[in-house]
Amino acid sequence: MWKVGFQTVLAPVLTALLYLLIFSHVLAQHVEVYPGVHYTAFLIPGLMMMAMLQNAFANSSSSLIQSKITGNIVFVLLAPIAYWEFFAAYVLASMLRGLVVGIGVYLAALWFAQPPLMFPIWIILFAVLGSAMLGSLGVVAGMWAEKFDQLAGFQNFIIMPLTFLSGVFYSIHSLPPFWQALSRFNPFFYMIDGFRYGFFGVSDISPWVSFMVAGGCMLGLTLLSLGLLKSGYKLRY
Amino acid sequence: MAWWTCCRYAAMIPLSLELFNLMPPAIDVRQARKRYGQLQALDGVDLRIEQGEFFGLLGPNGAGKTTLINLLAGLALPDDGQLSVLGHDVVKQYRASRRLLGVVPQELAFDPFFTVRETLRLQSGFFGLRRNDTWIDEVMHHLDLTGKADTNMRRLSGGMKRRVLVAQALVHKPPVIVLDEPTAGVDVELRQSLWRFIQQLNRDGHTVLLTTHYLEEAEALCTRIAMLKHGRIVALDSTQNLLSSLAGCRVRLKLAGCLPATLLPQVVEQTDGDYLLSLPSYQALESMLAELRVAGVAVQEMTLQQPDLEEVFLRLVGRAVQ
Repeated sequence: MWKVGFQTVLAPVLTALLYLLIFSHVLAQHVEVYPGVHYTAFLIPGLMMMAMLQNAFANSSSSLIQSKITGNIVFVLLAPIAYWEFFAAYVLASMLRGLVVGIGVYLAALWFAQPPLMFPIWIILFAVLGSAMLGSLGVVAGMWAEKFDQLAGFQNFIIMPLTFLSGVFYSIHSLPPFWQALSRFNPFFYMIDGFRYGFFGVSDISPWVSFMVAGGCMLGLTLLSLGLLKSGYKLRY
Repeated sequence: MAWWTCCRYAAMIPLSLELFNLMPPAIDVRQARKRYGQLQALDGVDLRIEQGEFFGLLGPNGAGKTTLINLLAGLALPDDGQLSVLGHDVVKQYRASRRLLGVVPQELAFDPFFTVRETLRLQSGFFGLRRNDTWIDEVMHHLDLTGKADTNMRRLSGGMKRRVLVAQALVHKPPVIVLDEPTAGVDVELRQSLWRFIQQLNRDGHTVLLTTHYLEEAEALCTRIAMLKHGRIVALDSTQNLLSSLAGCRVRLKLAGCLPATLLPQVVEQTDGDYLLSLPSYQALESMLAELRVAGVAVQEMTLQQPDLEEVFLRLVGRAVQ
């Protein structure tokens, strides 16, 4: 990660800051999502979680697809490593990158606003859960994809819409009923809402519900990844 | 029982195993089958390579050599059959079997983010070896990589990258080394230094399984050879036996007259009184000379040509095709 730190840490922090700068500048005067919470402060947890999710996914998926395409995946496959160790290595690396990027966004955003840290345990829990879940999804996508194009499709047509429609920039209560109902099928919404609860002590739904949904998704993706890895799907022919 | 007594008995175990022929083979393949779609890549291969052998696996492209290596290394899973490395099943006991195996893959693959030394350290880490620099230095020295230790992999030539592949296969000191076309596209200097190093490892007790398209390499290095064709073994014997029993010999003759008609089917080449004949065995030489004597044709010059592995290979592959 550190050999390409500019691309893997600094670039996503900068992107998140640009979002913060633009959205807070345009909307801060017009929007108050939660009573007493400034819109700029409201944005920070959402942007942190968005950066963590996207970077955790990018880490495992791009590491795998790059190794598959250049052929150096063979060195990992030749080693006496169990399928669950393979999974743990990729997911832990993804979590590390996700968490480092998240902390980077938080530290840089402090220049603009200082959101409170009401329940740090919830913050840590959702940060770990979110980056692990997307790291796990990245393992599945990296195994499935055979070229960068397929992975880019996965990123652009699944990860990106789910992230942007998860309440990073708004509370779902501000949406029409149809979109509110639809948002409840988006697992990213629960991670961002629960994460935000850790900062402000306010959320659209109970953090316990968010935890159950995010945990269930994480468990499902872990089982899927482990099953695919055990069978050697698109890795051991 | 005292500790030293246990040790004494334990020390006798390898000898007893050897006496009763219980030492596990370095590589044991039984009825291995692998199909890719319509292609039967391996069709019931049986192969036993003893510890300490320098074994050659030959065959034309698509014969199944790399598939067999991939099954042994765990890069592919067999449809049927059993494969083991030093007695450890490659599927059920994959951790042990992979620790015992060092594989040099055919494709040139490398991680573009690392230097040579970092690559070898990372590879050591995959095998749980944290402090392996002494052995890494020794391997780099034998493969003439010391000067490139801190060079990024992207900056190396093809031959140098091939050397790093060999070094990666050796970082964990595997007792069984598999080399899949290790000298493809590399210069003579590397070939010689590589073979010196591999022969040294073989003398030290490492088993070597080699696939190569350079048949003269296999002939010079391997004590036993298996030839694969369409996923089946078509020959398996010592190199010497393959050369003597299957190849026969070739005779170049300069005659004072014309070659008798009975010998014409054996002519391979002909130029103005010079004939190159292919005989099925050395015994056939006597009857050939007798026929020349009966026909009253004097032999002015005669040269015997030793058979080479290429001839054996072509004959066997041809036979398998028929």
